[in-house]
Amino acid sequence: MKLHDIAINNLRRRKGKLVFLVIGLMVGVASVVALVTTVRTLQEDIAHKMEEFGANIIITPRSEGLSLAYGGLSLGGLSFDVREISQDDVAKIKTIANSANIRIVSPKVFGVYESPEHKAMVVGVDFNEELVLKKWWKVNGKDPSYENDLLVGHDAAERLGLKIGAPLDIKGERFKVAGILEATGSQDDSLLFMWLPKTQELFEKQGKVGMVEVAALCKNCPISEIVSQIGEKMPSAKVTAVQQVVAGRMDALHSFERFSLGISALVLLVGSMVVFVTMMASVNERTREIGIFSAIGFRRSHIMKIILLEASVVSLMAGVAGYLVGILTTRVLLSVMTDQVPHFSLDPLVAVGAIFLAVVIGLAASFYPATAASRMDPSEALRTL
Amino acid sequence: MSYIRANQVVKEFGTGEGAVPAVRGIDLSIDEGGFISIMGESGAGKSTLLSMLGGLLSPTRGQILVRDIDIYALKGNKLADFRREFMGFIFQSFQLIPYLNVSENVQLPLAVTHHSEAEKRSLAMTALERVGLKEKALRLPNQLSGGEQERVAIARAVVNEPPILFADEPTGNLDSRNSAEVMKLLKRLNSEGQTIVMVTHSRRNAEHADRIVEVADGQIKETLPMRAVC
Repeated sequence: MKLHDIAINNLRRRKGKLVFLVIGLMVGVASVVALVTTVRTLQEDIAHKMEEFGANIIITPRSEGLSLAYGGLSLGGLSFDVREISQDDVAKIKTIANSANIRIVSPKVFGVYESPEHKAMVVGVDFNEELVLKKWWKVNGKDPSYENDLLVGHDAAERLGLKIGAPLDIKGERFKVAGILEATGSQDDSLLFMWLPKTQELFEKQGKVGMVEVAALCKNCPISEIVSQIGEKMPSAKVTAVQQVVAGRMDALHSFERFSLGISALVLLVGSMVVFVTMMASVNERTREIGIFSAIGFRRSHIMKIILLEASVVSLMAGVAGYLVGILTTRVLLSVMTDQVPHFSLDPLVAVGAIFLAVVIGLAASFYPATAASRMDPSEALRTL
Repeated sequence: MSYIRANQVVKEFGTGEGAVPAVRGIDLSIDEGGFISIMGESGAGKSTLLSMLGGLLSPTRGQILVRDIDIYALKGNKLADFRREFMGFIFQSFQLIPYLNVSENVQLPLAVTHHSEAEKRSLAMTALERVGLKEKALRLPNQLSGGEQERVAIARAVVNEPPILFADEPTGNLDSRNSAEVMKLLKRLNSEGQTIVMVTHSRRNAEHADRIVEVADGQIKETLPMRAVC
């Protein structure tokens, strides 16, 4: 018979009380785990979605006096006589130090379609990249898959009288409209999109691109760093970060973090109050026992040890249960909060953190009740006998 | 030489004008191996006196000396250690710990000693044997009769063989047959050398002692030496 036997036997033979105490602390721990995991998963999901939401770095040729509007941005020279970016340079983008943060690289080449009645800008793109970059595009018909397939902007299709499957001759070569974009409200509506190699060949720009759109974002990497790294690799190009977009995205992520921290702190406070009140009630309930311990010669430290040992066991159980319940709650929360449950991985650090947190809070909240118990006057306690 | 001595002991509850005196200047001396019964009406101050003699309640004034040691002058853990070494307590209503079995309840005073686990179990079994409950060592208190619970409480009080035993109404919750058995047990422990101080309402039980101390209104009314009476 040792002190820990008293603590363990008390918990073992008073299962109702044990369950109540564990639930009290577990609710707090589970809330924190659920909140932290949910917010972290949502943050990652949002960051992932934001990364997909268009480009945030624009690479244009260095030139003067030439301008062309595209996407509301000045794109530098797009005339035929302007220096273009070498396609070999584009490949270098994925060799920068922060290459892991580069999600999409979408080079473009520009040309003009001319017919006796109409003119339209032709943009050569790599559809495999472009369709990922522009998630908001809705294509009626099919995505272009053959080299002579065209994707036509909504307004351009109307203006040129094009329908899905219709032929269109550009520079003497026949193309087929594979798909028509639904109206986007952007300049894309008036453009004709075709495969990059075909455009280069058609407009005699082999190995050249007119501009590159890059989507690069992560939660913690500095976009300006990436811009400067690309600039070093492509000295003949002008690399510009779309600062507003980047700043907006990072602000949104930081707001999420602050929200998560605030709520976690609040839940933790409530959780520790639950433990404190429960442990205090438990000590008051056990006045008689504590009086007996004291009378038969237990020191104050012995009584504290019994109470804190019980709190440790309860906290440990609450930590493990809280982590598991928290993870289950996260699953439920994510399924309610999102259309498609984002993938979230089980982080062992969160598990260890939850148990550590539970033990620290359990012990901290039990410290005062344990001290109060140890200071209990044995005669006062025995008076309740 | 007195084994336990109370010198002009006063106990007041509360302070200032609202202080209520429970014990008013008691002098008492108990010899080693003695057996005294403290009797009196409810509220007479007998349990307060017992608590003070047992080191559980410090007097407002006066001294309690045990083996010539002023026990309330002991600082820090020393009083707790002194109680553990020299005193055993039998409380009203048995006061067993409900979630510990009989053996564990008896081992309780040994939980903070340096005995090995085997020694603790062996000492508990010896104490249970003395009270005739060895075979019920693994039962929980609620599986025992009132008389058996009282005997377990006695076994717990004597397991570490303290020289002094304090008993507060040890037969208060027992029928006459069980009361007689408990008193027989206490008498035997006393004959084996244990000093016993017992509070009781029962004149018949009190008469098992060498001396009866009658307390009324916080003072000793009279002291009756039983051997002389008998």
